[in-house]
Amino acid sequence: MSFYEKYLEYRDFDFEEFASNLTDDYIIKVINKERINELEFLSLLSPKAGKYIEFMAQKSRKLTLQHFGRVIFLYTPIYVANYCVNQCVYCGFNISNNIVRKKLTIEEVEQEAKIISDTGLKHILLLTGESRLHSSLDYIKECVTVLKKYFSSISIEVYPLEMDEYKELVEAGVDGFTMYQEVYNEDVYGQLHLKGPKKNYRYRIDAPERACVAGMRSVNIGALLGLDDWEREAFFTGIHAQYLQNKYQDAEISVSIPRMRPCNGAFQPKVNVNDKNFVQIIFAFRLFMPRVGITLSTRERPEFRDNLVGLGVTKMSAGSSTEVGGHAIDSKSEGQFDISDTRNVEQIKELIYSKGFQPVFKDWQQI
Amino acid sequence: MQDKLTIGGIELGSRLLLGTGKFPSNAIIPQVIKSSGAKVITVALRRIDFDSEDENILKHIPKDCILMPNTSGARNADEAVRIARIARAAGCGNWIKIEVISDNKYLLPDNFETIRATEILAKEGFTVLPYMSPDLMTARRLKDAGASAVMPLGAPIGTNKGLRTRELVKILIDEIDLPIIVDAGLGRPSEAAEAMELGAAAVLVNTAIATSDDPISMGEAFGLAVLAGRKAFLSGAGAVKDFAEASSPLTGFLGT
Repeated sequence: MSFYEKYLEYRDFDFEEFASNLTDDYIIKVINKERINELEFLSLLSPKAGKYIEFMAQKSRKLTLQHFGRVIFLYTPIYVANYCVNQCVYCGFNISNNIVRKKLTIEEVEQEAKIISDTGLKHILLLTGESRLHSSLDYIKECVTVLKKYFSSISIEVYPLEMDEYKELVEAGVDGFTMYQEVYNEDVYGQLHLKGPKKNYRYRIDAPERACVAGMRSVNIGALLGLDDWEREAFFTGIHAQYLQNKYQDAEISVSIPRMRPCNGAFQPKVNVNDKNFVQIIFAFRLFMPRVGITLSTRERPEFRDNLVGLGVTKMSAGSSTEVGGHAIDSKSEGQFDISDTRNVEQIKELIYSKGFQPVFKDWQQI
Repeated sequence: MQDKLTIGGIELGSRLLLGTGKFPSNAIIPQVIKSSGAKVITVALRRIDFDSEDENILKHIPKDCILMPNTSGARNADEAVRIARIARAAGCGNWIKIEVISDNKYLLPDNFETIRATEILAKEGFTVLPYMSPDLMTARRLKDAGASAVMPLGAPIGTNKGLRTRELVKILIDEIDLPIIVDAGLGRPSEAAEAMELGAAAVLVNTAIATSDDPISMGEAFGLAVLAGRKAFLSGAGAVKDFAEASSPLTGFLGT
């Protein structure tokens, strides 16, 4: 079985009718349950549940403290290449965008790694544009070999690979995997991904499962919010995460909630996901899967990120740059998107402490 | 009366063991150690940031405490063994708490893999304290494999639900000739006292102390509860009866 079959179960579901039939009593009952099922999770994403956001926040805070304690895990991305063969209308790396393209040499990767590691960070997320031609598996492995010298945990966010290729990366020292489906609505997916291998919806949706089978320790998924109705997209993200956690219990499953940010190209989000919607998604995830990791990136504004510490989020990026060679190289390329929170690692660390939480730099050890 | 707990040839000054994973800062840990009286401190190797001056948790653990690294993150015996060896090589001492968890949903330990890891590490000279789901046969095999104590869970880790496995833990206390340390799930000092009254040799607590509003004070409360529970166990509680037994009984006029 693939998650795609699960997707098909709900593809033609009447989400609007479901939401219109929800009662206040039902929502209150769901918030107070110890375990909730898929449709109860969906109810927490409804406008009706929006009225009870404070109750959801309190429950989410309690569950997060209980399962993760007073800590926030820190990481940062390292962009090593922005060559891309896909035409995704919403992305700055889109092949048809006339931007400066760059791929770091292994020496340059080391320079970047050194500067990042000097900030104290120990968890790194290696990103490439989606081009097997420019960023081959061998190139990624060479990067990993260098990064291992500086970081205790290495995750990848690259084009979808075969299971055996993920296995090779695990053997090379990669322990984490991130892939966003971008949009779960298959029709919209087809409209937004005009050209390139990424047009293959099925191959992408099964990539997290291939990573689990290959033995990736942590597997992180998400939908790019703004491309389609957020209630549905968050729902599919949640049931995808649950599908993976139930089937691969030895993997640590986590979700990201990237909200669209301005980038090169004229595409504007189809759907506005406001701050209240955004936190409702976080709380609904937490109530549905109390142990799931929830990642908050620097796409979000500093003051908004500050307020979310302790409410459900478990992992935050810090000192981020979405440019290839953004830390060490003079001739910088263009970023994938503009970041909102430009504070450095030290500032994020202070912020987390000021909220009564501990910034955790290291939560894995290469074994 | 002498009442000492000895594990791995070391006499422990306290029957409260402390976990460190969920505190708001590492800097508060020495204060919690002091208030609680804990002498054995467990730390996940995955969290030890050896290179960092500020964030290295080892710098916050007093020298008179026993450091007990744990194998958090191990999904099978082989990974637990590798983690244990790395910890010893890094200077974290000889004690190891084995935690093998291949279930990220409930975080329940894998007893089978735990026995395998215990066998290997005990032979290598480690003082092995395995975390396990309370099960008599597993506990016997852990003893045979060379465990220095057995650490059954009171409830799923982090749940603060108390001594839900009471009947099974009691069987281990009665049958296994090793210290039984209740690890995980104890949410309140009264529940730690309950485990001690039952005859547990010690308890290990993290979440309940670390996520309380005042971890220093809560650490002290747990320390006192463990002392009280132990004292009660040693004193031998009176029998539980179904009917009240008045000092001036209603049938006193009948004579004896």
